[in-house]
Amino acid sequence: MPATPSGSLTAPSRATGRHRSLWMDVWLAFRNHTGALAGAGVFIAIALAVAVGPLIHTVDPHYLDILAKNQGPSLKHPMGTDNLGRDTLAQVLAGGRISLAVGFTAMFIALVLGTLVGVLAGFFRGLDGLLMRLTDMFLALPLLPLLLVVIMLFRDSLRAAFGPETGIFLLVVFIIGITSWMQTARIVRGDVLALREREFVTAARSIGTRRRRIITRHILPNVLSPIMVSATLGIANAIITESALSFLGLGFPPDFPTWGRLLFDGANFISVTPARVLWPGLAISLTVLSVNYIGDGLRDALDPRLRGA
Amino acid sequence: MFGKCVIGLAIAALAVAMLSTSAQAERGSDGHLKILYWQAVSTVNPYLSGGTKDIEAASLVLEPLARYDDSGTMVPALAADIPTVENGGVAADLMSITWPLRQDIVWSDGTPFTAADVVFSAEYCLNEEMGCNPLSSFTDVTGVEAVDDHTVRIHFGVAKPFPYGPFVGSNAPILQKAQFENCAGARAQTCTAQNFGPIGTGPFKVDEFRANDVVIFSANENYREPGKPAFATVTFKGGGDATSAARAVLSTGEFDYAWNLQIEPEVLEQMVANGQGTLVAGFGTMVERLVVNQTDNDPDLGKDKRSLYLGGTNPHRFLSDPAVRHALSLAIDRQILVDFGYGAAGQVTCNVLPAPPVYASAANDACMTQNIEEANRILDEAGWLPGDDGVREKDGVRLSILYQTSTNSVRQGTQALIKQMWGQIGVETELRNIDAAVFFGGDPASSDTYMKFYADIQMYTNNFDGVDPEAYMANWMCSEIPGPENQWLGGNIARACNAEYDALAAEIAVTASLEERAAIARRMNDIIVQNQYIIPLIWRAKISAHANTLKGVRMNPWDSELWNIADWHR
Amino acid sequence: MTHYIVRRLLFAVPTLIAISFILFALLDLAPNDPTGQLPLTIPAEAREQIRESLGLGQPFHIRYARWMEQFFVNEPLNLIEQAFGIEIGDSESRLRVRSWATRSPVVDLIIERLPQTLWVVGLSYLIGILIAVPIGIVSAYRQYSWFDQLGTFVSMIGFSVPTFFTGLLAIIVFSVALQWLPSIYDTTHRVTDLASFWLQIKQMAMPVMVLALFNAAQISRFMRAAVLDNLTQDYVRTARAKGLRERVVLFIHVLRNSLIPVVTLIALGIPTVFGGAIITEKIFRVNGIGELLITAIQGADIPLVQTLSFLFAVLIVLFNLIADVLYGVLDPRIRYG
Repeated sequence: MPATPSGSLTAPSRATGRHRSLWMDVWLAFRNHTGALAGAGVFIAIALAVAVGPLIHTVDPHYLDILAKNQGPSLKHPMGTDNLGRDTLAQVLAGGRISLAVGFTAMFIALVLGTLVGVLAGFFRGLDGLLMRLTDMFLALPLLPLLLVVIMLFRDSLRAAFGPETGIFLLVVFIIGITSWMQTARIVRGDVLALREREFVTAARSIGTRRRRIITRHILPNVLSPIMVSATLGIANAIITESALSFLGLGFPPDFPTWGRLLFDGANFISVTPARVLWPGLAISLTVLSVNYIGDGLRDALDPRLRGA
Repeated sequence: MFGKCVIGLAIAALAVAMLSTSAQAERGSDGHLKILYWQAVSTVNPYLSGGTKDIEAASLVLEPLARYDDSGTMVPALAADIPTVENGGVAADLMSITWPLRQDIVWSDGTPFTAADVVFSAEYCLNEEMGCNPLSSFTDVTGVEAVDDHTVRIHFGVAKPFPYGPFVGSNAPILQKAQFENCAGARAQTCTAQNFGPIGTGPFKVDEFRANDVVIFSANENYREPGKPAFATVTFKGGGDATSAARAVLSTGEFDYAWNLQIEPEVLEQMVANGQGTLVAGFGTMVERLVVNQTDNDPDLGKDKRSLYLGGTNPHRFLSDPAVRHALSLAIDRQILVDFGYGAAGQVTCNVLPAPPVYASAANDACMTQNIEEANRILDEAGWLPGDDGVREKDGVRLSILYQTSTNSVRQGTQALIKQMWGQIGVETELRNIDAAVFFGGDPASSDTYMKFYADIQMYTNNFDGVDPEAYMANWMCSEIPGPENQWLGGNIARACNAEYDALAAEIAVTASLEERAAIARRMNDIIVQNQYIIPLIWRAKISAHANTLKGVRMNPWDSELWNIADWHR
Repeated sequence: MTHYIVRRLLFAVPTLIAISFILFALLDLAPNDPTGQLPLTIPAEAREQIRESLGLGQPFHIRYARWMEQFFVNEPLNLIEQAFGIEIGDSESRLRVRSWATRSPVVDLIIERLPQTLWVVGLSYLIGILIAVPIGIVSAYRQYSWFDQLGTFVSMIGFSVPTFFTGLLAIIVFSVALQWLPSIYDTTHRVTDLASFWLQIKQMAMPVMVLALFNAAQISRFMRAAVLDNLTQDYVRTARAKGLRERVVLFIHVLRNSLIPVVTLIALGIPTVFGGAIITEKIFRVNGIGELLITAIQGADIPLVQTLSFLFAVLIVLFNLIADVLYGVLDPRIRYG
C-alpha cells in the first residue's frame, strides 16, 4: 500500500526505466477525460473566435451608426446593435480579447500570490502569524477607496511609461490580482496545516528530504483541488471586477468594450435589446465553465491514484 | 397657481361655513402616498445639506418666505406679499427689503410663526462655524431685523438690484427658533433629533426618519389650508438607481412618484408604454456643456504650470486658437446627442444661459445644425492640415484632445458620439471618465477634479438656483480663474479672460431694470459661447414620473419639484 | 489551545491598531471629497466653510487621534450608559463619531441598518451553505453523474453571472411580468401577524434567492473538490475494508476531513454577512450595511467608512481565529507552534 498519495508513485515508474515522464502521464490521463476535452475544445473555440473573429467580422466595434441603433439580429449585425448603433458581435469579439487577457493574468497573479502565502504560512510556523495578519489586513481594506488611491498615485505615471492601453492593462491586472488572493491563501493554508502533519510528509521529513522538495512534491500536488477551484472562480471574478473598475474610471477608456462592461451597460436594455446582455453573459459563463472542466481534468490527471486506475 | 389657491380657499371657507364635510375637502382622505428618490435623504435640515434630495424632502415640512411656481414666478409662501420697489417693500436705494409675514401661520406643534423665527434662521446660517450649505443665498446680507412680530427687514451691504436671495426658494427655508435655539454654530452638527425631525409650517410633518433610507411623513394638522394635504401619510424611500426607480412607478406600480429619471430615452419610452404612469419634464437653467481649456494642460509642465492661467502666459497649445474651438462646436450634431441620451428631457441649445425666456439669446442659433464642411474649411484656412494618420496638425502640434467627464452611462455615450463627430474633422480624441465623487469633489490634492482641469475638454452640467443669473454669470470673470492662489475655488473653469465680459459683469451688478439686466446677460452669454470658451450642448430638463392615479403634479424646474404637494391628490 | 487563543487575542490588538491607522491613512489619501456630491450651485466659499465645519482643516494626526478617542473611549461609554441607564461623567459634551453626510452618530446608523442586513444577507448565506454542502458532497460522491454535471453548470452560471444581472432578471420576471413579489424592500415593515409575516417573506424572497445562488455556487465548488480529494485517501479504503457502512464512511470520515476549506470559506464569509451585500442591497433597496458603506464611500464620509471598515476588520480577525480553532477540532493533528 503506497503511503504517499502523490509524487512517490512516479518515482518507481521512473526507476523502472520506462521513459514516460510525469507530464506525459498527465497528458494521457487528461486526454481520456471527456469533460476536460470538451472544456478545452470550447475554450479554444472562444479564444480562436476572439483572436481571429475580428478578421472575419470586420465591422469596427467603435463605429457608431446612430441610424441603426437598437437593432435586433440581422445578417449585417448578427447580434444586433446597441443604443449608439455599435455592432454587438464586433464588441463581444473585441471585448473578449481584453476580458480574457485580464481574466487570466489577474487570476494568475492572485493564484500565485495566494498559493505562495498560503503554503508558506501553513508550512513554516514562524511565518504563519505574520503572513496571516497581513492577509487579515488585506481582507479589511475597503476596495473602493483603495482603488481611488491607486488611480491617483499610479495612473498618470503608468500612462506615461507604457501608453494609455498597456499602462491601464498593467494597472487593472495588478489591482485585481493584489485584492483577490486572500481567500486562496486562507484555504491553501488550512489544507497545508493538515497536510503538514500527515504521515507521508512526516516520512519524507524523517528521511531528510529538503523542505523545498517536500513542498513541491508532496504539499503542492495535494492542495491542487482548491487551487483549481480558486482559478475557475478567479477568472469569473476578474472579468466582472474589471467592469466595476471601468465604472469607477480606473479601467479602460469608456469606449473600450469588455465583456463585463457590455453586460453592465446592456443590463438596462434587457427588455429593449436582450441580445446585448445575452451574448456577453454567455461568453463569460462559457469561459468560466470551460476553464472549470479543464481544471477538473487537470486535477484528476494529476491525482496519481485516479490516473493509475 | 395663486388664483387657484384663492379659489380653493374660498371654496374651503364656504364649506366650513355651511358645516358640510365634502370628501374632497377632508385632510388626509386620499390615504398613503409613496415617493421614490434614487438618492436617499441624509438629513431633513437643508442648511446642513445642499443635496437636491435633502432640500426636496425638507420642502414637505419647511417653507421659505416665497417660492417659485412652475413658470418661474415668485409667489408668497410664509410672506403675505412679495415686496417690490413699487409697493415700497424694497428700499429705493436697493439696500434693504422688508417682508410682511402672514399672521395666520402656526408651526406643526401649534405655536405661532413670528419674525423672530426668520431672524433666527438668518443668524443660524450666517454663523461661520456651522458650514451653511445655502450660504450663497445670503450673499451681502449685513443684518436681519424684526420690525414687529410679523415684519422682517433684511439689510444688504451693497445695492441689490435683485434682493430676493434670502428665504426665497426651498434651499433656505425658515426654521423654528424654539427648536433650533441650542443648535447654533458648531453645535448644529450634534442636534440629530432636530436635524432629522424639524418642526415646520408645511403640509407634512416628519414621523420617522431613517438616515439614507426612508422618511415617513404625516399630514400636518395645523397646516394653514383647510382640507389639505389630501394624503394622510407619505413614504419617502431612497436608494437604488434611476432605471429601477422608473420601473417601480411605470412598470410595477409599486410607487406613485419617481424623481430625476435621467435614463436612455428608449428604455423610458418602453416603460411609459405600459400605461401605468406619466413623465413630467420641466426646463430650468441646466445646460450640459463642454468646457474648453484655455490654458496648457501638458502633463510635462508640472503642477506649477499645468492648467494654470499665470496672467495669460500659458495658453493652450491649440485650443487657444478660436478657429479650432469654432470648428469643434460646428462639428457636433446636437440633435443626435438629444435623441440618444435625453429624449423628452433635453433640447438642443446654443446658449449657456437658456432661461428664463427673457435672458435667452437668439444670436447663436446657427450652432444648432452640424456643419462638417464649414468646420473643415475653417481648420484648413487656419493652417491645421491633416497629417499622415488623418489627424490635423500645425507646426508639430497635433489636434489630439483628452476629453473627460464624470462616470454616467449617458455621458459616456455622448463622449463616444462626439469623439466620432470630431474624427470627421481630423481631430483625435482620448476619452476619460472619472468617478463623480472625485470629479466634482474639491479635494485640492486630487488631480482629477473638474476645477484642476488636467484635460483639454471636459463635460458636465451646471445651472443656478432661482431665476436671476447675475451671480451665475459672474463666474466667468477673469478674477474667478481657479488656481493655487484661490485654492482652485474660482468658477471660471475654462480659464478664459475677456475684458469686455468683466465690464459687463460690473455693469449688471448695478443695473436695476429687468430689461437692461436681461440685455446685459444676453450679451455676456454671447461672449462666452461665440468665443466657444464653453460649448453648450443640451438644455436639460428635470424629469420625473408619476402614477396615472396621482393628480395635481406640476413639475417645477425653478424650485423643489414637490413644491405643490399640498395640492396632490388621487 | 487556550494558550494559543490568548496569545492570538493579545496579538490581535496591535494588528487592529495598525489596520485602523492604515485605513485612516488610506481614506485620507483618497481623492474623493465630502462636498463632491453637492450641486454645483453651491459656490466654492460655502464648500470651504462646510469642509471646515467637518474638521477637515485639522492636520492628519489630530483627526486620527480624535477618531481613536471617540471610537475607543466615547462610544463604548455611551453604549454602557444606554445599556444600564446610568450616566458616566459629562455625557452631554462627549463627542461621538458622527457621519458627515447625516451628522448623526455612526453607531446609531449601524444599529438601525443591522436588522435588514442580518435578515437578508445572513439568511441568504445560511441558505447558501445549506444548499451547497449537500450538493458538494453528492456531486463529488457521484462524480460526473448527471447530478454533478447539472450542479457544475448551475453553480458556474451562478458565479459567473454577477448579482446586478441576476437581480435585475429576478425583478423583471417576478415583479414586472408576474407581479408576485415587490421589487423594493420596505425597511419600516414590522412583522405583527401572519399576513405581515407573509409580506416579509415576499419582500425578502428575491434578494435572498439571488445572494444564496451566488454563495451556494462558490461553496459547493470547494466542498466538491475537498470531498473528491478525500474519497481517494487511504483511510477511506481502510474504513471500507473494515466493513464500515458507506454512510458512516462518507458522513463521519470523509465529511469531517473535507470541512477544512469550507470552514475557512464560511469564516471568511461571516464578516461579509455583517458587511452586507452592496450590489444586492442597492438593487432591491434593502438599505442595509452594504448600502450604508457604499453611500459613505461615494460621499467620502470618512468617519462612517472608517468605523465600518474597522468593525469589519475586527470581525475578520475574530472569525479567522475561530476558523483556526475549528481546524484543530476537525483535525486534531493540526498544532500551532
